[in-house]
Amino acid sequence: MLSVASHRFVAVVTLASSAAWVAACGRDEPLTFAPAPSASASGPVVIHDPPKLTSIETGKLDSHGRELRVACTTCHGVRDAGAPFPEQAADLREFHNGLVVDHGALGCQSCHVAFGGGEPRLRLADGTTVATRDAMSLCAQCHGKKHSDYKRGVHGGMSGYWDLSRGPRLRNHCVDCHDPHVPKYQPSRPVLPPRDRGPVAPREANHG
Amino acid sequence: MDKAKRRSLKVLGATLGASAFAYAMAPLREFTKDLTIDQFLQKHYKELTKADLAALVERLERETKQAYGKEVHIQDFRPMENVEFGYALNLSVCIGCRKCAEACHFENNHDRATNNSYIRVLEMEQGSFDLEKGNAHYDHAVPAPGKYYMPVQCQQCDNAPCVKVCPVQATWKEKDGIVVVDYNWCIGCRYCEAACPYHARRFNWTKPEVPTDEINPNQGLLSNRIRPQGVVEKCTFCLHRTRQGQLPACLEACPTGARVFGNMLDPKSEIRWVLEHKRVFILKEELGTRPRFFYFFDS
Repeated sequence: MLSVASHRFVAVVTLASSAAWVAACGRDEPLTFAPAPSASASGPVVIHDPPKLTSIETGKLDSHGRELRVACTTCHGVRDAGAPFPEQAADLREFHNGLVVDHGALGCQSCHVAFGGGEPRLRLADGTTVATRDAMSLCAQCHGKKHSDYKRGVHGGMSGYWDLSRGPRLRNHCVDCHDPHVPKYQPSRPVLPPRDRGPVAPREANHG
Repeated sequence: MDKAKRRSLKVLGATLGASAFAYAMAPLREFTKDLTIDQFLQKHYKELTKADLAALVERLERETKQAYGKEVHIQDFRPMENVEFGYALNLSVCIGCRKCAEACHFENNHDRATNNSYIRVLEMEQGSFDLEKGNAHYDHAVPAPGKYYMPVQCQQCDNAPCVKVCPVQATWKEKDGIVVVDYNWCIGCRYCEAACPYHARRFNWTKPEVPTDEINPNQGLLSNRIRPQGVVEKCTFCLHRTRQGQLPACLEACPTGARVFGNMLDPKSEIRWVLEHKRVFILKEELGTRPRFFYFFDS
């Protein structure tokens, strides 16, 4: 009995000392995990508020060198609500002259509604009006597939967190990228051309 | 055998032994030139204890300060539990602006002179799928008529050829699916670069030059810390961001929202929705690499 106990003691001491030796060598120290995303907490998803929906650019800079914009209500807040609303952009005589519209067969009144005072509003197909800030529901009337992609987070730029339990996410509004009057994404120059080692020649030049 | 012959054989043996020993130790004579004792004795990442890790991070931060004059903060970001990353890219909306490649360039402290980036955007003929004919050096307004654009970066393969060929196990796949490189263990043989079917790995031919004020100080030990010369590097899905819950830099830079990133184990995630509702495909499926990077077109 005594000998069995002493054997056990020896075994325990041996195990403990070998574990200490292993730890001292740095082996068998399992790599840890960062905690899993929390299912319950849900960070805010904020949709960016594009200035384009409540103001218009003037092409001038203010004293701080920032783009000078004028709120829609600066003029439209005092204009007579009874003024006739043009059919097409070409009919604009007094203001917004030269506005280019290339958006299917849409005319001004497809989306805009005459108003007097207060914030300008947009008209949905069913006749109800929404604030310009909610233009997305207007766009969604025709671009349903894009809108459902957007709602699933697979259309439109974003920044912030994929794991909303750790932080917020900021998402682009439709008109951040698409000018409602000319919605097609405009061509641009690509940035950061690759500079590989040696002379860089396009493949066409190399292979005829 | 006479004594003289025996002695001469002994002397010959001793001389040969001593010279062989001297030759074997020859690298030690040079190791002070560009190698400190700490670097020489540096263990593999997976064998580091917490104390080793702290010492390594402290040393790397000190060396960065000496070499680049910048206080940086290097951390060892571990994979998150119950997270496996997936990435999808919508080729219908990518316009080839290369903003993703640029964001990668700055986020990951790439060498400025070479415009290095983990992302290569290929300009492809519409209707063609020949990656060999993709042109990464286009320089005209995009999107060009008749073309589409395919950004290619590390596909974080589940069956990664680069991991298999590494002779020193300096690169491996982590639990969240990201393939990482231990820059201190890499011997720079470039086998992995040759093995990668997606041309996703990069080799540091020179010491990366980054202006001090442009260095991103938030660095991951296995990701965007400034790499030494002579080692291979690759996209890590910005693990220093994504393992903290943030989106990768290339996704944030994408103006069109072509990129979708998330946790494939979360049934409510965006990436899962894409995998379940879009007709996604992977590059070079026939190679059996099982990428975690998916492409799709809008239907």
